[in-house]
Amino acid sequence: MDSSFNFLASLPAIAPEVGLTIMAVVILFLDLRLPESQRRNLAVVTGVGLFAIALLYLLLWFPVPRPAEVTALTPDGLGAWEGLYWGGMIRHDVLAQIFKVMVLCAGALTALMAVDSKGVGRKGEFYLIIIVSTLGGCLVAGASDLIMVFLGLETMTIPLYVLAAFRRDDLRSAESGMKYFLFGSFASAILLYGLSLLYGFTGSTSLSAIATYLGSEAFTANPFAILVAMTLIVVGFGFKISAAPFHFWTPDVYEGAPTPVTAFLSVASKAASFALVTRFLMAVFPAGMVVNGLPIDAFWANLVAVVAVVSMTLGNVIALAQTNIKRLLAYSSIAQAGYALIGVAALTAAPDTAVASIGYYMLMYTFTNILTFAVIVLFSEATGSENIRDLAGLSRRSPWLALTMTIGLLSLAGVPPAAGFFGKFFLFQAAVEANLVWLAIVGVLNAIIGLYYYLYIVKVMYVDQSADEDKPIAISQPVAWVIGLTTVAVILLGTFGVSPVFDWAIQGVRAVFPIG
Amino acid sequence: MEAIGFPVLSLLIFVPILAAVIILFLNKDQRDLARGIAITAAAVGLGLSLFVYVNYNNNATTIIAEQELIAQGESQTAATDMFESSIAFEERIDWIPALGISYHLGVDGLSVPMVLLTSMAAVAGVLVSWKIEDRTKEFMAFFLLLVAGVIGVFVSMDLFVLFFFYELAIFPMYLLIATWGWVKLREYAAMKLTLYILIGSVISLVGVIAMYFVAGQFFTDNPTLIAAGDQAYSFGVAHMMRAAELGAFNIPLLGDIPFSHVWFPFVFLGFAVLAGLFPFHNWSPDGHVAAPTAVSMIHAGVLMKLGAFAALRVGVQLLPEGALVHLPWIVFLTLINVVWGAFIAFRQRDFKYVIGFSSVSHMGLVAMGFATMNTAGMTGAGLQMFSHGAMTALFFGCVGMVYDRAHTRDLPSLGGFIRVMPWVGIAFIIGGLTSMGMPGLSGFIAEFPIFAGMFQASENISLNIGGFTLSNYYAVLVIIAALGIILTAAYVLRVTRQVFLGDFDRAKYPDVDDITVRERFVLILLGAPLIIIGVAPGVMDVMLQTAIKPALAILGVP
Repeated sequence: MDSSFNFLASLPAIAPEVGLTIMAVVILFLDLRLPESQRRNLAVVTGVGLFAIALLYLLLWFPVPRPAEVTALTPDGLGAWEGLYWGGMIRHDVLAQIFKVMVLCAGALTALMAVDSKGVGRKGEFYLIIIVSTLGGCLVAGASDLIMVFLGLETMTIPLYVLAAFRRDDLRSAESGMKYFLFGSFASAILLYGLSLLYGFTGSTSLSAIATYLGSEAFTANPFAILVAMTLIVVGFGFKISAAPFHFWTPDVYEGAPTPVTAFLSVASKAASFALVTRFLMAVFPAGMVVNGLPIDAFWANLVAVVAVVSMTLGNVIALAQTNIKRLLAYSSIAQAGYALIGVAALTAAPDTAVASIGYYMLMYTFTNILTFAVIVLFSEATGSENIRDLAGLSRRSPWLALTMTIGLLSLAGVPPAAGFFGKFFLFQAAVEANLVWLAIVGVLNAIIGLYYYLYIVKVMYVDQSADEDKPIAISQPVAWVIGLTTVAVILLGTFGVSPVFDWAIQGVRAVFPIG
Repeated sequence: MEAIGFPVLSLLIFVPILAAVIILFLNKDQRDLARGIAITAAAVGLGLSLFVYVNYNNNATTIIAEQELIAQGESQTAATDMFESSIAFEERIDWIPALGISYHLGVDGLSVPMVLLTSMAAVAGVLVSWKIEDRTKEFMAFFLLLVAGVIGVFVSMDLFVLFFFYELAIFPMYLLIATWGWVKLREYAAMKLTLYILIGSVISLVGVIAMYFVAGQFFTDNPTLIAAGDQAYSFGVAHMMRAAELGAFNIPLLGDIPFSHVWFPFVFLGFAVLAGLFPFHNWSPDGHVAAPTAVSMIHAGVLMKLGAFAALRVGVQLLPEGALVHLPWIVFLTLINVVWGAFIAFRQRDFKYVIGFSSVSHMGLVAMGFATMNTAGMTGAGLQMFSHGAMTALFFGCVGMVYDRAHTRDLPSLGGFIRVMPWVGIAFIIGGLTSMGMPGLSGFIAEFPIFAGMFQASENISLNIGGFTLSNYYAVLVIIAALGIILTAAYVLRVTRQVFLGDFDRAKYPDVDDITVRERFVLILLGAPLIIIGVAPGVMDVMLQTAIKPALAILGVP
C-alpha cells in the first residue's frame, strides 16, 4: 500500500460524509434559532441540502474508472489496493458512489416527506438524526475495512432505533423502537462475532488483505472455521437487509414506526447493506477462491441462493394475508430483498451483470418505495387509517394520488413501463447467465405471487367504493414534490433512463473487478 | 424495402400513448373532450395501419420474388435472409447497448394484418364505449394504453421490446376489466386472467433469456457468423433466428437432449396461454364475459392473436428443432380446443359465454394450423387469426349492444331482437356464418386450408412415444376437428334463433330501440373485412406468404 498520505487527494472519498456533518451542524443551529412558525423550513433545508450533496458528489468527485490493464497489474490481480483512502478504511469507487447517491436521495426525500407528519415534522432533531443515519449509510457503502464496516453499520442503525421510537407517546412506535433495538443489537453481536473470527484467523482488518491471506498458502487453519465466520456474517447482513429467516423484526418495526421513518428504513439501510454485502462477499471471498483446497465461493453463493428463495417465497406468501398497508409493504420488502439476493447469488459466476443488476435494483427500489410511502403518508395523515380497505375509492377521491400509487405498486411488481420491470429483468438475466435458471424461475413465479397483492391494492383504489369519496385529500407542497420526483424517476428508470444508469452500474463493477 | 420519410410504426405506438397522457391531464368533467381525443387517436392509428397495409401489400409480390431468389441461393442462413427481406418500415435505435437491446421495430407479412386488426378494434372499442360515464377519462386513457401495448408487440423486432410491450398491455387490461367490467365477475376474472397470462409470459421470458446467452456464446465463439452491425449478444429477432438456423440451439442441455427440445414447450406454451390453448384456456371465457364490451373486443379479437403470434415468432421460428419434435403432440391439445370448446359453447345459457367459448374453439384452429408445419396450414392459421379477430370483435359488439338495451344475456329470455335491431341481427348472422365456415366469407378461406394442411401433413409427421410410432394420425384428427365445425353451426344457429328470431316481447323489454349511427359504423367496420376477404382472399393471402416462407424454411420444410 502506498503509505504516503495526501490529504487533498483523500478528501473526495469522504466528500458526502463531510457535507453531511456540516449539514448536521447547520440543522442543529437552525433548530435552535427558527421560530415555531418557520420550522417547516427545516425539512426543506435538509432535503435540498442532501440533494445538493448528491449532485455535487456526482458532478465534482466522480471516481475515475481505472482501465482494466491497471487493475490487472495490482498485487493480487483484483485491483484491491486501488482507490483506497484514509488508511485503507474507505474505498472511493463507482460502486460506492452509486449507493451513496441512493442513500443521500433516500435521506432527502424522507426529510421532505416528513414535513407535515404529526409529531415528527416540526422537530429539528428528527432531521438531525436522519442526516446522521444517512452519514452512516454512506460510510457503509464505501467501507473496505472490518472496523469501518462495523462502525458504519452502527452509525447507520443506532439513529434508526431512535427514529423508530420517535413518537414516544405512541405505544406502537415505542414498541417498534424497542423491538428494533433488541433484534438489531443481537444481529450486530452475531456479525461482530463473525468479523472477529475473521480477524482472528487472518490477523488483518482490511478486506483485501484478508482475501490475499486466505487465498495464499500461508493460511493453514481448518477452512471450516472460515465457513463458520462467513455464515455468522451472512446472518448479520441478512438481518440488516431484512431477508428471511432473519426478518422477524421487520413487520412490527415497519408498522409501528412513523411512516416517513419506515420509508427511510426500508430503502436507505437496505441499500447501504446491499452495497456492503456485495463488496464484502466479493472482496473477502472472491470467485474462484480456494481456501486449503476448499472452493469457498460456491458455499456462500449457495447459502445466499437459499436465503433468496426463502425470503422471496415467505415474504410474498405472508404478504397475501395482510390488511395493514405498512405491514404488507414490510413483507413485500422482505420479498424484494429476496429478489436482490438473486443478484448476490449470481455474483461469482456472472459478476458484471450481477453487480450492475443489484445496483440498478436498489436504485429503482429506493425511488419506488419512497413513492409508495409518500402516498401512504398523505393518505394516513388525511384519514388516520393505514388499513388497505380504507384506500377504497381513492381513484375518485384523489385521481393523481391513486395513479402515482399505482405506478409505485406496478414498479414493485415489476410491470413496465415502471422501473421495476428492468430491475427484475436484469436480476433474472444475471441468474440465467450464472447458470441459475432454477433460481430465475423461482424468482419469476414469486413475482407473480407478488403481483396478486399489489394488484389487489390497485383494485381497492379503483374498483371499491367508499362513503368518503367526495372528501379530497390535502396534499402539502413538499410531499407533492417528493411524489412527483419519484414518479418521474420511476418512469424514467423504466424507459429512457435505463441505459445511462445501467452503464453507470456496469462501471461500478469494473471498479471492483478486472473485466476486460 | 425502401424507407419512408417518417417513423410510422413509432407513431402507431406513441399516438395512443400521447393521447392517453393528455386525457389523464384533463379535468374530471371534460368527458366529451376525452372521448374526442380518444377517437381521434384511434382513427389516426387506423389510417396509419391502412397505409402500412396497402403499402406492404403492394410490395408483397416483390418480396416473394426476392425470397425465392434467396431460397435458390447457397446462403447458409437462407431462412433468416428471407425473414429479413420481408421486414418493412424498420426503425432501430439503441436502447441498452450494453446488453444488445435496441428499440427495433418492423413489420412482416403476419404482423401487418394484425396491426390493422388492432387498429380496427381500437376504433370500434372507443365507439362502443362512448356511453361510459363512470370515470370516462381514465377508461379512455387505459384503453389507449392497452392498444399501444398490443401494437407494440406486433411490430417488435427485438425480443426484449416484445416482452416490454406484452407486459405493458396486461396491466391496463386488468384495470379495465376490474373497474368497468360486469359487476358479478369482474374482480375474480380480471385477476385470474392477469395471473394466467403473466405466468405464461414470464416463463417464456426466462426461456428467451436462456436463448440470448446461448446465442451470444455461439456468436462469441464464431464471430465471423455475426450479421453486419450486430453484436454477439443481442435480443434481435433476426439475430436469434440466425443463431437458430446456424444450429446454436442444438447444444445439449439436459443430458444429451438439445437446448431447443427442452425449452420449446415452455416458450411455446407460455405464449399459448394467451392464445387460450387447452388446458390453459380457463381464464379466457371468464375474462371475456367479465370485460366491458370494448375490452372483450380487443381481448378476444386481438390479444389472443397476440399469444398465437408470439408463440409462432418466438417458439416456432426461433426454436424450429423443438417445434418439429413437440408440435406433433401439441396438436392433440389444439384438437381438444376445437371440439371441446365448441361443445361447451353449445351448453351455455349466457349469450356472452357462448362467444367466449367459441373463441377458445376457433383459436384451437389457429394453433392447429401452426402444427401442420406446411404452407396451407400456416396460411390458414394466419387468415384465421385475422378473420376470427374481426368476427369475434363483431360478436362481442353485438352482444354488448343487445345487453346495453335488454340488460340481460340469458338466452332463453331473449327473442325476436332482429325486429327491433335489424342491423345487429344481420351483423350477428354474418359473423355466425363466418364462424361456421360458409364459403364466400373469410371463415371458409381460413378453415379450409387448415384442414387441407392437416391432410397434407398426415403423410410427413409422426410421433414417437417410447419406441412406439404413431403416424398418419393428423388425418384422423382433422376428421374429429370437423365435428367441431358441426357443433359450431349448432350453437350459432341456436343463439341466432334464441336471440334474434321468434317473437319480440315489447312488454318485457319496453326500452329496447334500434342502434345508433355510431354503433352501425362499428358493425360495418368489423363486418366488412369478413366479406372482403371471403370474396377476395388475395388481399391478405399473398402478404401472409412472405411471413410463412421464412418460418417454413427454418423448419426445413420446402
